[in-house]
Amino acid sequence: MDFLDPLLLARWQFGLTTLYHFIFVPLTLGMSMFVAIFQTIWHRTGNVKWLHLTRFFGKIFLINFAMGIVTGIVQEFQFGMNWSSYSRFVGDVFGAPLAFEGLMAFFFEATFIGLWIFGWNKLPRGIHLATIWMTVIGTWLSAYFILAANAFMQNPQGFQMSESGHRAEMADFGAVLTNPVVLTQFPHTIFSAIMFAAGVITAVCAWHLVRGQNLELMRPALKFGLWGTIIAFAGVVLSGDQLGLVMVNTQPMKMAAAEALFNSACGADASFSIFSIGTPDGTGEVWSLRVPYALAFLSTHDFNGCVEGINDLNNLYATTKFPQFADQVNGNFAPILWVTYWSFRWMMGFGGIAVLVAIAGLWVTRKNAKRPVARWMWKIAIWQAPLALFGILVGWIFTEMGRQPWIVFGQMLTQDGVSPNVPGWTVLISLVAFTLIYLALAIVEFGLIFKTVKEGPQPLPGPDDPDPSEVSVENTPSTVY
Amino acid sequence: MDLAYLWFFIVGVLFVGYFVLDGFDFGVGMSLPFLGKDEVSRRQVINTIGPVWDLNETWVIVAGACLFAAFPEWYATLFSGFYLPLLLILLALILRGVSFEYRHQREDIRWKRRFDAMITIGSFVPAILWGVAVGNIVQGVPIDEDKNFTGSLFTLLNPYGLWVGLTTMLLFWLHGTYFIGLKTDGQVHHDAQALGKKLAIPAVVFAAGTVVWTIIIAAGREAPLLWAVVAAGAIAAVALLASVAFNWVDRDGRAFAAGAVSIVFAVLTLWLALFPYVMPASNDPANSLTISNASSTEMTLQIMSWAALIFLPLVLAYQGWTYWIFRKRVTRSMIEKAEATAH
Repeated sequence: MDFLDPLLLARWQFGLTTLYHFIFVPLTLGMSMFVAIFQTIWHRTGNVKWLHLTRFFGKIFLINFAMGIVTGIVQEFQFGMNWSSYSRFVGDVFGAPLAFEGLMAFFFEATFIGLWIFGWNKLPRGIHLATIWMTVIGTWLSAYFILAANAFMQNPQGFQMSESGHRAEMADFGAVLTNPVVLTQFPHTIFSAIMFAAGVITAVCAWHLVRGQNLELMRPALKFGLWGTIIAFAGVVLSGDQLGLVMVNTQPMKMAAAEALFNSACGADASFSIFSIGTPDGTGEVWSLRVPYALAFLSTHDFNGCVEGINDLNNLYATTKFPQFADQVNGNFAPILWVTYWSFRWMMGFGGIAVLVAIAGLWVTRKNAKRPVARWMWKIAIWQAPLALFGILVGWIFTEMGRQPWIVFGQMLTQDGVSPNVPGWTVLISLVAFTLIYLALAIVEFGLIFKTVKEGPQPLPGPDDPDPSEVSVENTPSTVY
Repeated sequence: MDLAYLWFFIVGVLFVGYFVLDGFDFGVGMSLPFLGKDEVSRRQVINTIGPVWDLNETWVIVAGACLFAAFPEWYATLFSGFYLPLLLILLALILRGVSFEYRHQREDIRWKRRFDAMITIGSFVPAILWGVAVGNIVQGVPIDEDKNFTGSLFTLLNPYGLWVGLTTMLLFWLHGTYFIGLKTDGQVHHDAQALGKKLAIPAVVFAAGTVVWTIIIAAGREAPLLWAVVAAGAIAAVALLASVAFNWVDRDGRAFAAGAVSIVFAVLTLWLALFPYVMPASNDPANSLTISNASSTEMTLQIMSWAALIFLPLVLAYQGWTYWIFRKRVTRSMIEKAEATAH
């Protein structure tokens, strides 16, 4: 293998920087909403407890927000830096949602987050509350546009080829924005982000509750974490189900690769394997645990439905649908099967475990519970945060690795999208630089979040303290840095 | 008129916005070691841009996205060609951005100093390299017939590119001192004015050099808007001199405003010199990227024009409102009071 292969290095760099960026994105999407809810409750009830929770989780949200911004700039620049041929090919269609994201969403969220952070005692309370909701809207709007751009790569529509055949040109912007992939991927992403944020809240509360501290604040917040996980999980499952149906229609190879299904199958034969052991070369199967009919139902919502297999799809693609690309991929249009197979299962598995823990958590903390919650239970609950995050990250690995070998499905191969004039050693320099800096920042970031969690929220005032509802806001420093 | 021409100027406006706004952010970062004699004054300096730095930085993301959408070929050639300088800019912006958030998270003075240093370095690097990049775009770089840049990093480090890089650095730095002067009180305010006076002469010399050199390049290419290049350059020069004079007579607000005008017109000078090219090829004019051969289709540009027409005024309105909310000076007593409550 050539270690200075610019294509391979550019793919690793895009994958690593994107996954890293997506640690911060879902926390921003989800946590901003919870912070806004806490502040709304404070605004409505005047109970200072919710102000302290707003500020505490707000601080965790903010430590994370800056990282989201700066790692996001890298993403935008990389299309041109490493994937210039791709950018030339799709720019007319793909660029517009990015520009909309910038004009409509980025300015919006950056402005209102600044007003929220620094406006505590400068803005009237109602307006200050509105700024955090504006931030939520801004972040969700930006998620929609970037997912619309991504949907074009998964299922290109709303375009026509130019006369020269060198680029995709906009034909119907409405169709680009209402791609069935984005219509299903957007709720899937938002719900999974809320689930991750709920997992973080659960973990933070568990960390304090196991130590028996800040009980008055952590107990109500824990309810949000646990219920948030369960409700969001329901949303994740429903939207994921719809996304799966869309995927079968638009990228059947991805679904076949998710199951590593070589030959088309119907009904009971279209089974879903929960676990399998393959032969070392990955072409056959030694043993597996299977649920009959499950794959048929997942793919078609019909227990007797049929699912196309990899071999049949390869045949179809190489002979009729995409013969012009067949030589370049040696007749194999399937992604790396062990990656898609396992990432698909891990995505569902991590999410499933997290929701089981949340249900158990609600049960042991119910009002008339006979026994106090055992220490080991709290310790398990701390794992809710990484569980949801890993589920999201492997989900994206599945989505994007499952798109291979295409950079734009059916239109352009990934190998044709890379910048032709950026040599391997140059990409290696940037890959190493990003990896090192991102690692160092991860250590600092994690340390800071942990320190913030450990310090905990501002304690509630005692009976002798002055009325807190006014004082605490007035004392908020207007100079944060 | 062809919408691509309109978008050449809209993208220009976005970059002007970025250079004016993040420019003084960079200037504040560069001034930090010179003005922050104790922790209170350092916090005073940093808090002048506290509520606005990230929204100022957002301008480059939006400018980049609009460049991509309106001129995919320009975006592709530029970003793949200027790979290493852009990488350095990215790394600098990352380190600078997180440093604002991280420096105050611990009371350890060594921790704070480390992030202060990163803020300063992270401000110098992009302030210089953006100038180098824009200078090279204007001057022209080697491009092959597939529109790919064929030079290396050293192609970009030529005298004109470096001169423009030093010019942007000095202009941003000077503008940053005006901003600090406008937004602080006491010793920091005084020191910022003094630093601005020291930077005035090199800034004027380099800016004058850039304007003259750019006019020569534009004239050599028979730029159709040569008269506008000369006019913009003249306005930039006058505004710069005015800002220096205002700073001298202790008029912070006017110095800052004049400084902003000088940056707007300095960037416009470069932009107008580029017209009607977007990336002239230095090896063979036939390979040049122009407004018409690098742009998106009329349909995409129409959609984008509506978005810009609706949202740019809104953006300006709520960003202006932000500056209005945070219009007060960051005083020493404010920081000291905040420190007292924090402990």
